Amino acid sequence: MNKLTQRIDKERLLLGIAAPLLAVVAALVVTTLVILATGKNPGDAFSDMVTYGFASDSQVYILNKATTYYLAGVAVAIGFRMNLFNIGVDGQYRLAAFIAAVLGGALTVPGWIAIPLIMICAMATGALWASIAGILKVTRGVSEVISTIMLNSIATAIIAYLLQPGKLGQLDQAGTLVSTKPLPSSSYFFSFDTGPAGELWGFIVIAAVVGVAYWFVLGRTRFGFDLRTVGQSESAAGASGVSVKKMVATSMVISGAVAGLIGMPTLLNDSHQFSNDFPAGIGFTGIAIALLGRNHPIGIALGALLWGFLERTTNHLEFQGYDKEILGVIQGVIVLCVVIAYEVVRRYGLKRQQQKVGAELAAQAAAATKKQEVA
Amino acid sequence: MKILYGMQQPDEGTITVGGEQVVFHNPGDAIARGIGMVHQHFMLADNLTVLENVVLGAEKLHGIGGKARARIKEISDSYGLGVRPDALVEELGVADRQRVEILKVLYRGAKTLILDEPTAVLVPQEVDALFDNLRELKAEGLTVIFISHKLGEVLSVADEITVIRRGTTVGTVDPRGTTPKQLAELMVGSELPTPETQESTVTDVPMLKVDGLHLAQTDLDGVERIILDEISFTIHKGEVLGIAGVEGNGQSELVEAIMGMRHPDAGVVTLDGTDISHAPTRHRRESGIGYIPEDRHRHGLLLEAPLWENRILGHVTEKPNSRGGLLDLKAARADTQRIVEAYDVRTPGIDVTAASLSGGNQQKLIVGREMSHNPKLLIAAHPTRGVDVGAQAAIWDYIREARREGLAVLLISADLDELIGLSDTLRVMYRGRLVADADPATITPEELGSAMTGAATGHLEHTEDDER
Repeated sequence: MNKLTQRIDKERLLLGIAAPLLAVVAALVVTTLVILATGKNPGDAFSDMVTYGFASDSQVYILNKATTYYLAGVAVAIGFRMNLFNIGVDGQYRLAAFIAAVLGGALTVPGWIAIPLIMICAMATGALWASIAGILKVTRGVSEVISTIMLNSIATAIIAYLLQPGKLGQLDQAGTLVSTKPLPSSSYFFSFDTGPAGELWGFIVIAAVVGVAYWFVLGRTRFGFDLRTVGQSESAAGASGVSVKKMVATSMVISGAVAGLIGMPTLLNDSHQFSNDFPAGIGFTGIAIALLGRNHPIGIALGALLWGFLERTTNHLEFQGYDKEILGVIQGVIVLCVVIAYEVVRRYGLKRQQQKVGAELAAQAAAATKKQEVA
Repeated sequence: MKILYGMQQPDEGTITVGGEQVVFHNPGDAIARGIGMVHQHFMLADNLTVLENVVLGAEKLHGIGGKARARIKEISDSYGLGVRPDALVEELGVADRQRVEILKVLYRGAKTLILDEPTAVLVPQEVDALFDNLRELKAEGLTVIFISHKLGEVLSVADEITVIRRGTTVGTVDPRGTTPKQLAELMVGSELPTPETQESTVTDVPMLKVDGLHLAQTDLDGVERIILDEISFTIHKGEVLGIAGVEGNGQSELVEAIMGMRHPDAGVVTLDGTDISHAPTRHRRESGIGYIPEDRHRHGLLLEAPLWENRILGHVTEKPNSRGGLLDLKAARADTQRIVEAYDVRTPGIDVTAASLSGGNQQKLIVGREMSHNPKLLIAAHPTRGVDVGAQAAIWDYIREARREGLAVLLISADLDELIGLSDTLRVMYRGRLVADADPATITPEELGSAMTGAATGHLEHTEDDER
């Protein structure tokens, strides 16, 4: 019996990896065709991507990017586990980063107080912004997809309004860039010096902590069990005593709080101010990465690294004479394939297990009757 | 059955229709070959008319207008189904809906009808009417496959009976030369268990008291419908209170109100002397309500989660599943193993998903889980629906054991034999009211059946004339 359990587990693992792998392979095939169609050599492109992608400075770049993406993936995944589609991660993190940057610029306390304050401020802002969608859903039944999309636009408008010279923004010397007041250097987050390869952002540590916390809370706590229950079956959750509405509101708030952290690696490790060229759209990247990583803490990490890798290497391809749109093609195909492959593999796995359990039980029953006959 | 209808593919073996070997890849193939299926759970759209439901998906046959209506009339008349094409499905009773389902299948040109447990939701009188319909179909040269675990029905309606046990054919018999007992022995491999309790264990200590429960709901048209009307009853320790009634007369809502999943407009629910009328569901579970839901897939299980997670479901705050705010995976897994062994859940392990177990084994797991937290009250809604005979007997045993141990049991069922056999007290629910009560020791299913249609109220006395 134990053997069968193990076999099922091994199979489940295999099936779990199969879906994203299938998607990546399919994306490679499609990309090859696209490059061929543009009359270039796909083999050269791929080998350039690999050699360039694994150069040490690329590695640092990818890790830094992945730190941001990982947080975005986790923020989205919290909603996904609950069957909530938090599209609003995008607005949540931008607003959070903006408010946190304003606070950071105004603070004159030592770094060990300022940095946690900035982070808490960002998380609170993200949570607050997300809770609007949560409350609307719980009290008025407004779909979180609709409300968060709208809240994204509203966040954009609020930032644009406040980030003006004379309000919370200031014009730089060149007169082209509007930004918040820069953080004092004491509020910079620590980073690892890797020599010529560049600086590895210290925020990667926070991202790892978030990942571990995500795994622990979902898998090992009562709260996490309730959350997953609601995600798997709202009706069963209700019958088992979970207050579905409370759960929806709570998970939206947590998702928003994690979303608040997305802008922090950039703010605390890199830009040290919120300007109108602060990276946007990472919330949507997070959706793709959560899908790719199947909401699993390690899967999301792999997805984030892959995204960083693709970005870094396709940027370089542009200098080699390839079209930079290849990045969009690869990413789009991967996400599309993941969604399809995930569903196909899930159904196959369920069916296969059903068959196996049936076969195993039949074998047991047969063995039992044989024994009886002998006796 | 699923294979016959093309919903699942066989590993081996062949299907022959009209002398021709066929392979079905999907239900469409089966329909094309003249095989039609009437599911246990009706597949009708409530907000459409009968006509619309029938033509839905078969628009190509006779269009959606006058020609389709004429064809429906024709089928309805020739088989005596008495279906009105323009009635809204939501206005129809269960028996009428079933006839619509049969008509739907015939409309698609079925020559072979598969009926899956068609009588589970019907009262005895409606069953007789259904059997008349089936005889009509038979007379017109159609083939009917009638799947049921009710022996008397099979014997009275079938021309040939095939007994299947654990996925293999154990015998084919002629109903005329077979007694129910022989058939039963074929089905279980030994003696048929009957749902009969022994000596009464009823005490005079009230465990659950429901007083004046009232629930009204405004439907989409703005009409207020009363779903629960002044429901009051008391269940004592060691007592099984059975509630009979055709489904949809408020039983589900009553259970949900007691579980705290639905909030009644008025009324008091008292468990063991404590007022729990406004307590949340989790609190009610913690204070000792065990719940076997009528729809285990919707309310009792996480189908895609492993068994041990399903063991935690509904009892996440209780030992051995958690300590403080943290889950205790090791203890939960060990306890799942214990339940699997103690309640004879047939599974290769506790890591398989709940979906891969058969209905009976899923139900045994649920019963085991609910009994593992020292409940004071067990709510069992259709506890043996869709489970095999072996599991049925086991579940009856567990309910009897619960009663012996002094639990109060609220039993809701459509299986009248089950109700009569297990209950100490019987009440009949009709249109949201408890309209009649009866003594299970003397009442017959027929008498109970007539009260379920609203024909009889008050205290039902068994009269000798009623006996057949």
